[in-house]
Amino acid sequence: MSTHFSFRSARWTALLVVVLALVLALASLLPQGSALSVSPFVVTLCGKYLSYALLALAVDLVWGFAGILTLGHAAFFALGAYGMGMYLTRAIGARGVYGNADLPDFMVFLSWHRLPWYWWGSDHFLVGVVLMLGVPAVLAGLFGWLAFRSRVSGVYLSIITQALTYALMLAFFQNGLGFGGNNGLTGFKDVLGFDLTAPSTRAVLLALTGVILGAVLMGARALMGGRYGRVLVAVRDTESRTRFLGYRPEQVKLVVWIVSALIAALGGALYVLQIGIVNPGEFAPANSIEAVIWVAVGGRGTLTGAVIGAVLVNFGKTLFTAILPEFWLYGLGALFLATTLFLPNGVMGLLRHVPRKRDEEVTPEITNPEGSNA
Amino acid sequence: MRKAGLAFTLCLALVLGSPCAPAGAQEATPDPYAQLASPHFDAIIAGIEALGRSGDDKALATLQALGAHKLMAGSEGVYIHAGTGLVDARTGQQNADIDPASLHPVRVNNRVRLVLATARAELLLAQGSRAEKHDALSRMLTHPDASMLPALDHASADPANKSLRSEFEAARAAILLSPGAPPVALNEQLTAVSAIKKTGGLGARSLLTRAAALEALAPQTREAAKKAVASIDFRLRLWSYAQDLFYGVSLSSVLLLSAMGLAITFGVMGVINMAHGELMMVGAYTTFVVERLIASYIPALSPFSLILALPAAFVVSGGLGILIERGVIRFLYGRPLETLLASWGVSLILQQAVRSVFGPSNVAVTTPGWLGGAFALGGLEITTVRLAIFLFAIAVMAALMLVLRRTPLGLHMRAVTQNRRMAALMGIRTARIDALTFGLGSGIAGLAGVAVSQIDNVSPNLGQGYIIDSFLVVVFGGVGNLWGSLAAALALGLGGKGLEPLIGAVSGKILLLVLVILFIQRHPRGMFPMRGRGIES
Amino acid sequence: MTTAALLDLRDVSVSFDGFRAINGLSLTLAPGEMRAIVGPNGAGKTTMMDIITGKTRPDTGSVTFRGHDLTRLDEPAIAELGIGRKFQKPTVFEALSVWDNLLLALKGLRRPHRLLFARLTPDEIRRIEGLLATIRLGAESTRAAGGLSHGQKQWLEIGMLLAQEPDLLLVDEPVAGMTDAETAETAGLLREINRTRSVVVVEHDMDFVRALDVTVTVLHEGAVLAEGPLDTVSNDPRVIEVYLGR
Repeated sequence: MSTHFSFRSARWTALLVVVLALVLALASLLPQGSALSVSPFVVTLCGKYLSYALLALAVDLVWGFAGILTLGHAAFFALGAYGMGMYLTRAIGARGVYGNADLPDFMVFLSWHRLPWYWWGSDHFLVGVVLMLGVPAVLAGLFGWLAFRSRVSGVYLSIITQALTYALMLAFFQNGLGFGGNNGLTGFKDVLGFDLTAPSTRAVLLALTGVILGAVLMGARALMGGRYGRVLVAVRDTESRTRFLGYRPEQVKLVVWIVSALIAALGGALYVLQIGIVNPGEFAPANSIEAVIWVAVGGRGTLTGAVIGAVLVNFGKTLFTAILPEFWLYGLGALFLATTLFLPNGVMGLLRHVPRKRDEEVTPEITNPEGSNA
Repeated sequence: MRKAGLAFTLCLALVLGSPCAPAGAQEATPDPYAQLASPHFDAIIAGIEALGRSGDDKALATLQALGAHKLMAGSEGVYIHAGTGLVDARTGQQNADIDPASLHPVRVNNRVRLVLATARAELLLAQGSRAEKHDALSRMLTHPDASMLPALDHASADPANKSLRSEFEAARAAILLSPGAPPVALNEQLTAVSAIKKTGGLGARSLLTRAAALEALAPQTREAAKKAVASIDFRLRLWSYAQDLFYGVSLSSVLLLSAMGLAITFGVMGVINMAHGELMMVGAYTTFVVERLIASYIPALSPFSLILALPAAFVVSGGLGILIERGVIRFLYGRPLETLLASWGVSLILQQAVRSVFGPSNVAVTTPGWLGGAFALGGLEITTVRLAIFLFAIAVMAALMLVLRRTPLGLHMRAVTQNRRMAALMGIRTARIDALTFGLGSGIAGLAGVAVSQIDNVSPNLGQGYIIDSFLVVVFGGVGNLWGSLAAALALGLGGKGLEPLIGAVSGKILLLVLVILFIQRHPRGMFPMRGRGIES
Repeated sequence: MTTAALLDLRDVSVSFDGFRAINGLSLTLAPGEMRAIVGPNGAGKTTMMDIITGKTRPDTGSVTFRGHDLTRLDEPAIAELGIGRKFQKPTVFEALSVWDNLLLALKGLRRPHRLLFARLTPDEIRRIEGLLATIRLGAESTRAAGGLSHGQKQWLEIGMLLAQEPDLLLVDEPVAGMTDAETAETAGLLREINRTRSVVVVEHDMDFVRALDVTVTVLHEGAVLAEGPLDTVSNDPRVIEVYLGR
């Protein structure tokens, strides 16, 4: 068997992520001040990194394996966050500023009298989960079905994914849409009855995020390491050829597109649980592009690289913005340039000492021999 | 008051039979100048009315002075405060004998003001210049007063007023259709309706709406007024459509300007330049810097700093573009997605650089006087600066077409686009052409930045607002096709402004984005697909 | 050849931007037959393949395969009906290993939801190993296909074609860039394949066509110019004129 699809590192990364998350979670429960204790700030930060790692993994699936450079994946992340945020908002109940048990504060503020229909049932956790995963999946399904069926590809696809998240951002900024406008959803109190500010809840959430990330990583490894991953790479590099073998590239891509949207949404939901706020800024096209650079930094099409990249870049961002806030954009810009120009395989490429024949894989666009018989 | 006016009109009508009617009227009343000095408002009003119909050549000056609070009352009569001294209003003679301390201003209240306005209008109609008559007639159209009818009829009979006939007719019609109008034949009422309808506008609309509800008028007249209102509404709506069209065309020209540079870099070269918006931003900041420099060193040229900013912005943005192409893009040809990411990195750096130098908040770029303001064109309000941007967009597009079709650079650019290897074999230095093409596209972005600086906030975030729209214009129109970009800019601009009144600006924009996304999904190559290097990705 | 035709093109025409690439072409292939198609450049050979495999839709005319109207189907549907195609320039999945290339070509799983959880079966291993032996790439099975030589890629693509187990193989210039020995081996391989399947071969190499020893159809300007055994056809004055010019 080909060694390209074993992703051995993914298994170790998954294990590492789970263990680290569990250790951090446990350490945060130690009495503050003891040598090994971890502050709530660090717990939140790690939760954020791991949520972002899920988004990066989602981007890697479509960009690394299907060759779709998505510039709109933050949309699925944000939709997942809003879905979970809806449940958390309803869970506030009568403890809001206006003390209205039926309506979230911002609706009372807008003097709405009834809950919009799309908020119905969102006070049940399960409905929240269905919203948080279902909406991004349906949107991804519709968008992907239309795009892949018409064989929109390359930069055209990139541009319309960007337009999609931009349109969503404009929509969510509007008060009339019923998602809190500029302010988004925030002020959450508890989830499933557990106080969101309690250290134990936060520790469990971090551990849960680590476990979910590990599981998703293993799942992605199984999918991409199996026959489906091979078909996906075949479609990525030589789409027309797969059609003559009887594959339907649009369906193959649609599946990974929806799976990827689900993973991003999951990341968003875990993000909002730990950060405690979601606002329309999450839809900003810049966020989606940043997620792409996490993957590029880590190493595209390697699964592990996505996780490494997301954590590294965001850790850098935390450091930079604390020490030299003005220089963060310079740093990020330089990172984009350096990665594309000098590090086409990212950190994973550096780690692999022996350069492989897979170098072409990073630039599937030029190895694409479509219409070779024309 | 209105009743009094009506009674007065009736008695006036009795005496109007004789040509010396004003003189006759004067005889029947007490001295109006003395009345003005009275402490009683009723007497003052009677005096003003008398002066108004007197036709006396001193009357107008007196009433004007009253309107300007310069009419003083004494025991003997009234005097006009004329700068250096006092003038007897009745005679127009300077009068030095009067002790100013013994005088007090003529009393004025709201009733007096109303009567004064009417009386002044009457006098102006008889004695004023053409412009003054015109103003008076417009006032009568908006404030019809039945008591003015005789004066109006009298003045309109004057052959000297022939050129104002339609204005006279309209003013008369307005009176006939107003409450308190003398009863006239149905025929005349209908003529009045059509005369008002002809004047158009909101004033005519409110007049006719009131007439339609006026019991005193014949039912047929009211029906006609109602129809006239509908027809005016229709006309107003057409004007408002035309206004929206202008706004739409204006938005389109901004879109076209911002997309034209991309049409070159993306359309011709196939390079996804995410820093395009930032090159526009640099153009806008160049405008700011040029303006400042000129203001501090050659203030005489200040009104033209915007014009001087054009070549400056072209050179600065174009030069920056060449730098980006030589430093980054050229290593990534054939890898459009990597180019996209790298140029995004460039855009972040440019944003931060501008923020570091000029600060994070908006800088103030002034609009020169000759571009400020607006003018009316029929029912349209044309903002000068928007008109200028429209013309500028056309000029830039024409110039770009010329460069592409008529210059050696254009020829080489097209050659490299169509067959790079062949072009190289024929001795074209493709690397140089790449750099120049990219520089040209970037320079045009700079020009767009100059234009945008006049209508938008100049801040480090300026570019972000344009990049998505510009890409949509280029892709929607068909990559590599300037005419397609034009059509797409028009479609998006007009569509955006057309949807705005229906569902609001933001929702309109969202709907448009969704429509364009759907369109591109059905027609991935845009409205006017073309062949070229940009397509092969 | 009066039995029901396997493939039947009738009066097919197609034009691109006003240029008539195929002009009233009719061609019938019996089950089990091997046919060689020759013709000068621009005769419409590749366009004909495109029409049969669903890449190009004809403007007029009918194309049927075992009674199915191919003009209504797209490429994957036609491939699943049992028509396999080898391209003029070898087109394999360069990032994948030789083994994976064959695995993806194996007749069987195509729907994405089935692929998601597909596991390698012993039967599949056996079939792939058989194919590897046939195309003599057993030693290269774990190598990335992009690293193969030109001739090896040609053979891998033929292997992929066989893996699809099609009833009809369309083979476009299989021996381009091959040595004489490889050419002879390829001819043998195609004759071997023809025992169980129908084959249409497009080729310029006359020695290769002669080695195949089958009916030859000469295409010219998008239509059939001549048809018959190679010797008959090559003596046809019209054919000579087309090939040698006036």
